[in-house]
Amino acid sequence: MTFSLRFRAALLSLLILAAFLGVWHLATRGTGTAATMSPEYAKLMGLTATAGKSAMPGPLDVGAKLWEHLRNPFYDNGPNDKGLGIQLAYSIARVGIGYLLAVLVAIPLGFLIGMSPLMSRALDPFIQVLKPISPLAWMPLALYTIKDSGLSAIFVIFICAIWPMLLNTAFGVAAVRKEWINVARTLEVGHLRRAFTVILPAAAPTILTGMRISIGIAWLVIVAAEMLVGGTGIGYFVWNEWNNLSITNVIIAILMIGVVGMILDQILAQCTRLVTFPE
Amino acid sequence: MSTFDNPFDPARRLRSGCPCGQHASAEEHDAAMQLACAAPQDEAKRYEGVVASAVMRAVFPKEIQRRAFLKSVGASAALGVLSQFFPIKMATEVFAQGAGKLEKTDLKVGFIPITCATPIIMADPLGFYQKQGLKVDVVKTAGWAVIRDKTINKEYDAAHMLAPMPIAISLGLGSTPIPYTVPAIENINGQGITLAMKHKDRRDPKDWKGFKLAVPFDYSMHNYLLRYYLAEHGIDPDTDIQIRSVPPPEMVANLRADNIDGFLAPDNICQRAIYDGVGFMHLLSKEIWDGHPCCSFAASREFITTSPNSFAALTRAIVDATAYASKPENRKSIAEAIAPAAYLNAPPVVLEQVLTGTYADGLGNIKVDPKRVEFDPFPWQSFAVWMMTQMQRWGQIKGDVDYKGVAEQIYLAADTGKVMKEMGLTPPASAYKSFQVMGKTFDPEKPKEYLASFKIKKAT
Repeated sequence: MTFSLRFRAALLSLLILAAFLGVWHLATRGTGTAATMSPEYAKLMGLTATAGKSAMPGPLDVGAKLWEHLRNPFYDNGPNDKGLGIQLAYSIARVGIGYLLAVLVAIPLGFLIGMSPLMSRALDPFIQVLKPISPLAWMPLALYTIKDSGLSAIFVIFICAIWPMLLNTAFGVAAVRKEWINVARTLEVGHLRRAFTVILPAAAPTILTGMRISIGIAWLVIVAAEMLVGGTGIGYFVWNEWNNLSITNVIIAILMIGVVGMILDQILAQCTRLVTFPE
Repeated sequence: MSTFDNPFDPARRLRSGCPCGQHASAEEHDAAMQLACAAPQDEAKRYEGVVASAVMRAVFPKEIQRRAFLKSVGASAALGVLSQFFPIKMATEVFAQGAGKLEKTDLKVGFIPITCATPIIMADPLGFYQKQGLKVDVVKTAGWAVIRDKTINKEYDAAHMLAPMPIAISLGLGSTPIPYTVPAIENINGQGITLAMKHKDRRDPKDWKGFKLAVPFDYSMHNYLLRYYLAEHGIDPDTDIQIRSVPPPEMVANLRADNIDGFLAPDNICQRAIYDGVGFMHLLSKEIWDGHPCCSFAASREFITTSPNSFAALTRAIVDATAYASKPENRKSIAEAIAPAAYLNAPPVVLEQVLTGTYADGLGNIKVDPKRVEFDPFPWQSFAVWMMTQMQRWGQIKGDVDYKGVAEQIYLAADTGKVMKEMGLTPPASAYKSFQVMGKTFDPEKPKEYLASFKIKKAT
């Protein structure tokens, strides 16, 4: 009886999931006792108050609600009520735009910093100060100066996605082996050609690692930004359901945020594998 | 009672005994002036009546001739004859849409999901905006500070705000000073003090020292009413207890988690805490001040000057919706219309309890109070004066205030009165009225004396 490692791991994963769901189900089964009250009064009260139902939904409630959302993810009932799919699409679009802008700025700038020790030292203090600022700390400033909440959210994605890419690009470029550059130099390769044919491929795995960290951060930030700005997006969805004290929907949103974050990360991981070369 | 008395009535008296000439006696005149928003009949009929009256008056400017004509042919025949050569039906439609061309027909209005926003919200599903030729997106917004910033940014053309917020914004409290206005009050009453279940035997505020209570925003009626209530019971709200600013949905969660002892919050939040079994209703805010304003409909002065006709149409839609919401028989259908996820996103049974006033109090009793929440759009300037006295009392405004000057700049009683009159409603004659807060009479002519009369206030 020998199974492959992969099979055994999958089995264990399923076991852990089943145990988790089981404990969750038992814990939220409704421990309180039903309160005694007149039927007219009970009609005005919620299940938590009348039937002693737990305020926390069980896995079956969440599952049923999730199915309801997944069956119709793209409905649109006006500006404040859209399907889960549309909300996720808005968030992904915002992250995509902010992230692309960050790529456009971070990679050339990272190249510059990596290739020029002078620039590296001159820009270092700014990067060090700006890097640790929490993205949400930018939000009020962005709202006040940009005067557009949609653009502000994109700006916040941009500003937080830029640093890991910038630092990793600079590091990757600076760490390209001197021999390779010297070989290029003896072959009298021009500056631009050297950058594209020697340095870029050599630094690419490090650059993509930076991009992978960045997309993770961007996806973390969008939820908080949309909760603040409101309107559309998965963050707004969480806020709206929190407003309704619907923990079931909040849990579904958390699950969705996790799944989409994982997919985004896996896409970039795949890209990293494509550009990695054995030495 | 209507501003537009019926000129088709041959028995109408030519000279009446009241100062404005619209009422039979001085008493009747006073009674009518007290009614800020006389309940209209069927909307279409009302407009038609207004237009027909105007035509009739134009054809026969002299009342004696008009009466003779009516007597000889009868009122309905007269209307028939008139509509032969004047298209009354079409004129009514034109009138309903307002006279001037709308500068802007696509508008955005922000709101916070609480029952105070009822007229703003219901005007969308029930078609009040459409009737004025407007296409309005009502946008749910995450909090009072965000709604302030988004209206200042001009993302919103107008917004739902707490009644003191436009005053605070205009005076530059908590933001850069920008001239703001209140063309209509959204709701009166409709708040409550909810306490955690464990305090159900500690109902006397004198025992509340050390409590942690929550209100939704610093510049809110909730804050001023809670402070007033506590101070009247000898509790200094700045030193004896802690008042925190907490967004409404978090209030219920915090109450459940035992982080706070209670809150004075907008409704559907109070009722939600009861519905979920985490709190009980200590008292309704109307028991502190019956008829207090709570939320307002606000627009920047700039919007009024750049789009005066759109602004007027918007105000008409809100006044119209508020008049509709003021009728108890409409409340149940309103609760259903505003409950979905696009609007309040709350269980309809909770909203129904708030709007109809038949509610569970959390202690096992069903209470009935049809005036739990009411709707009356008229922006009394004396309300603004009262709010400024409280802003001074709690140290939000330092130094002297030109009470009436500020109130008249921000609370647009004259403009709203004009709109109400156009719609065949009866606005009050004066924008200042006296009222009582916890048994103490407030005289809008003497705000300074009122302020000086409080024992507990912030020493400044």
